[in-house]
Amino acid sequence: MIAIELLVAQNIGFAVIALVMIVAALRVVTTHNVVHAALWLVVVLSGAAAQYVLLAAEFVAVTQVLVYIGAVMVLFLFGTMLTRARIGTERDLNNPYWRLGIPVAGLLFAAMAIAIGSSFGDEQLPSDPRVIGIPEISDQIFGAYLLPFWALSFVLLAAIIGAIVLARKD
Amino acid sequence: MLTGQFLLLGAILFCIGVYGVIARKNAVLVLMSIELILNSVNINLLAFALRNGSADGHTFALYVIAVAAAEVGVGLAMVLLIYRNRRNIGLDELSEMHG
Repeated sequence: MIAIELLVAQNIGFAVIALVMIVAALRVVTTHNVVHAALWLVVVLSGAAAQYVLLAAEFVAVTQVLVYIGAVMVLFLFGTMLTRARIGTERDLNNPYWRLGIPVAGLLFAAMAIAIGSSFGDEQLPSDPRVIGIPEISDQIFGAYLLPFWALSFVLLAAIIGAIVLARKD
Repeated sequence: MLTGQFLLLGAILFCIGVYGVIARKNAVLVLMSIELILNSVNINLLAFALRNGSADGHTFALYVIAVAAAEVGVGLAMVLLIYRNRRNIGLDELSEMHG
């Protein structure tokens, strides 16, 4: 009985967070103010972190909050600040052919929805999932996936040096 | 919870991101749309990690977050450079390499 009530609560939580995320994501791609778009993106990223918690991935959720909401959003706001003369509504943010995006996104979603529906129809997630702790994730990163981890550290190093070289005034 | 509901949420966010990449002219907004796409992929990875009881999805999601951070750093540096040279970050006007 308790398990069923917990599942109902999880489903309600999922629905509320998903609805907020979808509305915020639509605002990100339709708003006419770059700063507002960045702030709506914060809502989407926080909702994604909440969904990660629902999916029993606490460590990834904490990383999401630290990296995305902490660092990436600050970068976006700085980028907005440094590339725009004025902060406010701007009419000229969309391409002239922006309407083309609606059928493309709609068709893509229809294809993916059909594929998901036919493959996973009403398959339930395990109600008592195996909890994956941080030790297991670190065993993966420093064990089976060590080579991608090294590659990733080189990617980050190259990105840091590249960003400095690109943004430097010379 | 159904597996499909998380996959469907990921699909919706992915399509919104694709729409943003197509429709937006401002380079910073295109980068934000790419972030939406990467987040939808992470939701899918973690849904499958829960479904299969495996830690691989968590590892992939962490790697995706790291690559996304690097991408935003380099992308915004390029946008700053373009803005400094041209006083404009409209992507449709960057046509020097057009054949």
